[in-house]
Amino acid sequence: MSGRSGRSGPKRSAEPFIWLGFSAGGVVAALAIPALLFLFGLAFPLGWIDPPDHAHLDAVVTHAVTRLALLGLCVLSLIHFAHRFRFTLIDGLQLRRYDQLIAAGTYGTALVGSVLAGYVLFFAI
Amino acid sequence: MSTSTDPGFQARLYRPPVPRFWWARRRSYLLFILRELSSLFVAWFVAYLLVLAYAVGQSESAYQRFLDWSANPFMIALNAVALGFAVLHAVTFFQAAPQATVVRLRGRRVPPTLLAGPIFAAWVVVSGFLIWLVVLA
Repeated sequence: MSGRSGRSGPKRSAEPFIWLGFSAGGVVAALAIPALLFLFGLAFPLGWIDPPDHAHLDAVVTHAVTRLALLGLCVLSLIHFAHRFRFTLIDGLQLRRYDQLIAAGTYGTALVGSVLAGYVLFFAI
Repeated sequence: MSTSTDPGFQARLYRPPVPRFWWARRRSYLLFILRELSSLFVAWFVAYLLVLAYAVGQSESAYQRFLDWSANPFMIALNAVALGFAVLHAVTFFQAAPQATVVRLRGRRVPPTLLAGPIFAAWVVVSGFLIWLVVLA
């Protein structure tokens, strides 16, 4: 008797979907973050490049396509962070016995951050 | 007798003890853990981006306060470190992606080295587009 189907079948796991989110988040973070961080973290504050005026940036940020793109960037980046940082802690610091607690903390942070991102991008601006 | 088919059976594997700071022993291990730690700075960027978007959406004076806050030496140092980790993340992720992605052309696998070029080219194009959108458009 195999027990491979029906109610006695193998338990479904969310793991593949988390890995999918991790990969997608890794790609969008790698594509978008260096350029944006260079501009807003160094080039504008240090005066290397004049920062854009408020009217232009407001028009860009509040455009519907930008809001959706930023939400995607935030949510996928946070899933990437949560999954990777979970394994950094459990493997890097040998904390595997606290995996459930660490997973709750990292994925919980990603969930709260994603909700906050949705609120900021679609209700607060 | 307990066997592996018994519900109560639990295999007890020998796990050799691993020092907590094992990654400090070799340069390659240290690079690995630094690459993994880049995820923290990905999360920091999301927070920074949301503060920026919120400030821009509020008013011109809130945007100016954000610019003043981002010019604080501590913030510049933090963002310089974050940028270093973001670039480390991007380079290592784009190097690893072709190894993990199997693309077949006429039944043969495209060599990973051939996939790396378009991926890095996409990074340049997306970065150029973002800089154009923010600064030049």
